[in-house]
Amino acid sequence: MDSAAASNPTAGISYLGGHETTVKIVITGTFGAGKTTFIGSLSEIQPLRTEEQMTAASAGTDDLKGLPDKTTTTVAMDFGRLSLSNELVLYLFGAPGQERFQTFLANLARGALGALVLVDTRRLGESFQAIDRLEELGLAYAAAVNTFPDTPSYSVERLREAMDLSPQTPLVFCDARDRYSSRDALTCLVEYLLTLSPELAR
Amino acid sequence: MTASRRGRDSGLVRPFVIAGGRPIPSRNHFDHHTLVISRPGTPRSHLTAEHRRVVELCLPGALSVAEIGSHLDLPVSVLCFPLADLMDTGHIITRAPIPTAQLPDEDLLRAVLDGLRRRF
Repeated sequence: MDSAAASNPTAGISYLGGHETTVKIVITGTFGAGKTTFIGSLSEIQPLRTEEQMTAASAGTDDLKGLPDKTTTTVAMDFGRLSLSNELVLYLFGAPGQERFQTFLANLARGALGALVLVDTRRLGESFQAIDRLEELGLAYAAAVNTFPDTPSYSVERLREAMDLSPQTPLVFCDARDRYSSRDALTCLVEYLLTLSPELAR
Repeated sequence: MTASRRGRDSGLVRPFVIAGGRPIPSRNHFDHHTLVISRPGTPRSHLTAEHRRVVELCLPGALSVAEIGSHLDLPVSVLCFPLADLMDTGHIITRAPIPTAQLPDEDLLRAVLDGLRRRF
């Protein structure tokens, strides 16, 4: 198997023409909020993964006893691709929302149109963290509650309050397994970005 | 696929070797969604194994930096070194995303919105 793959490393890869404009949207949220599922429901390619080593960023959160004072932690990022037309391709990058991955998120946020925060209402407090990270980066975002079968149901007001969302920040409900539902959450984000565009234009 | 790649040695030396011991790449304009395509017909015999893998992967068509990193099992931060080298030697061409300073562009956002609505 390995030798076959090695002899033709490009087999099965879906290529672009190279002339396309590419844009990206960051999908963030807590561990298990459904980022990879969301990306997979929309991606035209099998979602891919890259990993980065981060140095010493996890100090204080991991047990470092007996280890040198520098350590590395691996951050994995799943991503997908969606051609919107012959000239326009959207990349969706999943990024963890925890504070220790802030450098990684900052790199990814550069040049992004905006971010969608996937919210798991079973871990509302942690979703708040992911939102905090985006606020720090100044990246515009919308919140999408991923509805799991055992999701506690809260009123929209209650959710907004718990996440301290500003009145204009969109809050939608979605089923990350359903591409139409995921698409609707993204369109909601982009519609919101359009409302910001005149004020941000210099 | 991912599992088998992850099982491979991703030891401490390898990224440093790929980077050629340099702290930063010779160019630094590679975003995760920058498209890369190889120029056909460029000589490859003198390239290192990693550089050649990048060139060969991007011969049939364009891929984003993130896709190349994933297919070659290289972190994007490490991949930027061979990419910068290959730009310098003319082996690859890139299609850079719209510069951050120009975002958000209303026409672009409308095109994204229309595309999302039409796609499914």
